[in-house]
Amino acid sequence: MATSQQLEAIKGAKVLMVGAGGIGCELLKTLALSGFTDVHIIDMDTIEVSNLNRQFLFRQSHVGQSKAKVARDSVLRFRPNMSITPYHANVKDPDFNVEFFKQFNVVLNGLDNLDARRHVNRLCLAADVPLVESGTTGFLGQVTVHVKGKTECYECRPKPAPKTYPVCTITSTPSKFVHCIVWAKDLLFAKLFGDKTQENDLNVRSGGAASSSEQPEDVFERKKGEDIHEYGRRIYDHVFGYNIELALSNEETWKNRQRPRPIYSKDALPDQPAKPNGNFESSNSSEDPSSLSAMAALGMKNPQEVWSLSENSRIFLEALKLLFEKRAKDIGNLSFDKDDQLAVEFVTAAANIRASSFGIPLHSLFEAKGVAGNIVHAVATTNAIIAGLIVIEAIKVLQNDAKNYRMTYCLEHPSRKMLLMPVEPFEQDKACYVCSETPLTLEINTKKSMLRDFVEKIVKAKLGMNLPLVMNGSALLYEVGDDLDEDMVANYAANIEKVLCELPAPVTNGTIVTVEDLQQELTCNINIKHREEFDEEKEPDGMLLLGWNQAPPVEKDNNHVVNGVSTSAELPSEEVVDDVDMEISKVAPVKKRKVLDTPVDVNDKKKVEEVNDDDEDEDIIMLEGNNPEYGKKRKLI
Amino acid sequence: MEEELTEEETALYDRQIRVWGADAQRRLSKASILVCGITGTLAENVVLAGVGCVTLVDDRSPTEDALSANFLVPPSLELHGNKTLAQLCGDSLKDFNPMVRVSFQNGDPSSFSAEFFSKFDAVVVSGCTLSAKKSINEKCRKSLRRISFYSVDCRNSCGEIFVDLQDYKYTKKKLDEAVEVELQYPSFQDAVAVPWRKLPRKVSKLYFAMRVLEKFEELEGRNPRDVSIADLPGVLKLKRELCDAESLNESHVPNSLLERLLAGTREFPPVCAIVGGFLGQEVIKGISGKGDPLKNFFFFDASDGKGVIEDISSIS
Repeated sequence: MATSQQLEAIKGAKVLMVGAGGIGCELLKTLALSGFTDVHIIDMDTIEVSNLNRQFLFRQSHVGQSKAKVARDSVLRFRPNMSITPYHANVKDPDFNVEFFKQFNVVLNGLDNLDARRHVNRLCLAADVPLVESGTTGFLGQVTVHVKGKTECYECRPKPAPKTYPVCTITSTPSKFVHCIVWAKDLLFAKLFGDKTQENDLNVRSGGAASSSEQPEDVFERKKGEDIHEYGRRIYDHVFGYNIELALSNEETWKNRQRPRPIYSKDALPDQPAKPNGNFESSNSSEDPSSLSAMAALGMKNPQEVWSLSENSRIFLEALKLLFEKRAKDIGNLSFDKDDQLAVEFVTAAANIRASSFGIPLHSLFEAKGVAGNIVHAVATTNAIIAGLIVIEAIKVLQNDAKNYRMTYCLEHPSRKMLLMPVEPFEQDKACYVCSETPLTLEINTKKSMLRDFVEKIVKAKLGMNLPLVMNGSALLYEVGDDLDEDMVANYAANIEKVLCELPAPVTNGTIVTVEDLQQELTCNINIKHREEFDEEKEPDGMLLLGWNQAPPVEKDNNHVVNGVSTSAELPSEEVVDDVDMEISKVAPVKKRKVLDTPVDVNDKKKVEEVNDDDEDEDIIMLEGNNPEYGKKRKLI
Repeated sequence: MEEELTEEETALYDRQIRVWGADAQRRLSKASILVCGITGTLAENVVLAGVGCVTLVDDRSPTEDALSANFLVPPSLELHGNKTLAQLCGDSLKDFNPMVRVSFQNGDPSSFSAEFFSKFDAVVVSGCTLSAKKSINEKCRKSLRRISFYSVDCRNSCGEIFVDLQDYKYTKKKLDEAVEVELQYPSFQDAVAVPWRKLPRKVSKLYFAMRVLEKFEELEGRNPRDVSIADLPGVLKLKRELCDAESLNESHVPNSLLERLLAGTREFPPVCAIVGGFLGQEVIKGISGKGDPLKNFFFFDASDGKGVIEDISSIS
């Protein structure tokens, strides 16, 4: 039961929720029940069927509508006197600037991606508004509190980077199913159905240059008037047969590895004629494009079934055919979407055939979809728990009860009898470039790298700036914005293509470049150090940023191909990939932090009478393995 | 004979199937749950999870108090007519997941027969008197098929869950092997009969505090949670007597804790959400046979933020 002080604090509070999904629905409800009266919600998404198993403010009839708006309407039915302001928008919108954030007493995040979390973190720092962060994946979750000057900011400690794989593993030497999925999705699917002007490593061979020079015409292009069945088989034979044979010809690669076997369509589908007689019109010819399905056409109903090689081959060809015939206008600008049935079928089949070739176990469509779509597994109960914890922290924040702020971890398996493990928040990191504005160092070849590379790879990708400004001293080299005049735009367009040392204000060894994001109110000074050579494998970007907090990559090689980001919980779900039965947490004790047994309250005289059995140091176990947040040793204030 | 999940179910439950698998989801869809005493999010959680059917029992009329921690009921009381809390919540719940059958039962659960309880796979009681808890638990144990029994109590900023799965066998994955696990749970009666001094030294203080209040309510003939700060002297006296009888040092049951529990007996929504979440998970685990079930008490206290499992049984 909330005390009267708590109720006071709650009643007068103006709260911002970012995210109206799994955590958001539970959170809005709990805030409503707890007596909050003024809540704003930002969410750019619309409701999907797969949300309904836990985002209980939404019903079947709401599919397609704005989450923020429907959440509001649903809660108002139960608490008509509450003020809920929904924004169907992206939190990165310039409208949500520092002034906007300043109006709130606390910000509560229920996001599902790292990018947005970093952005909100910066705005909260700039506006000096406390932030309660959270995340869940399956049965795991955590709630953390970030208050400027009192605790670390969200970016003080490294967060897991998206899982990436070496290019050659994808193109030549896959050893896990996920490698086959990435190949099928980012290479084959992209090549056949995506933007043709995009670079594609599909024909890259290990140990050799890209073979584009060997192939004068694009073998993937459908020839004029080419029969779809012939085309399909041709592609099949090329990627699963010919390309594998080519790869096998390089003995070195296979010295210590299992050799793949080439698969040709005539062998995988011996009973099927290359060109079926007559006209086999699939039953879904008159249905709308989104319900097209190779599975349905072939009478295969169960997405949980693992298909044989020949079944996969049939799906491959049928999906390809349906895409070309029924969705011809999409060809050339299709990108993989996990809710696109045909795309998922095609990628599953292609990945399975490749897996078969390399002796990797095949997977069902259900499993493949999860991997390809980076689907985060989720249940309502964890979200309910996390939402409750968020509200408890929010109330503490509203009362400035700093000594009692806690980071709470929700575990699947108990650690020292605990399923909910509270820890004191970490101290601010003096070297954090976000909240402590410490300068960074960048090693780069200033004679070869262009400003464009710097902006894309460093400023936007690594530093997470949205609308950056790049300056060398007082010279404005580049900026992104809406209200720029023509001259400036032309100037920037020219600059972006220039090599660093050739810019109007040359960037060379020893230059200090200042990058800013005015919306995030973040300024970063970067010391430039010229370096001639970079390792192609380890530093494929040709740059090295120092002083920037990056979680150590999970794979040893430095990587190129990314299979998307999944940051619903800070406990990464990459382990999910090979196993539908999630056995995620392998909690192992690493470093110790103090956990307080009872809240610190110097005014509580009663404490004196009690014999506190637990006076001994109850050192807490920090999560390792799944939680790369162990970082450096921290002391409490 | 395992029927497959329908296309509708597969689409709706996709994200949770990825957590516990299609087999578990199928088992859930055949399960029947009884919820006596509507509290917090439990009913919602099991309905969202897609159980076969949920039967609600709660004859309380929807007063403001009953509604305060309860999301399921719209506030304007005029529309309610003569419906009980169970009926109102049931109506709301049907909306949450049309694939779940929601029904209600009138009456006092402690008067229901063992035969009645034997229709269910899981029975959850909340806000129950000590004797009702014991008797319902015993009736569940009488049934030929194994019924999972759960009780939950939220007071102020604390919560307690009790689990009785009787003789429970399940399979779990250890490394790459499938391992058979067998657990034996004591009944509530047997669990609370374990002498206090025999319990591990660091057992949660909330366990004792709850037992004191339970006993107090029973002795005074009160309804569950019908206590207030005015009862503090009586409660402290009872605590001393119990600790004496159990030869337990009184410091194990801090006065400040008892005071806190008496000062605010209404449920605190965030705590209900947390405890309801864990309870929902347990019910789902018990039915699906997937995941290590909690044995046998769970305590949450918002003041220290810990969620702790205590194994209190004489079988060890």
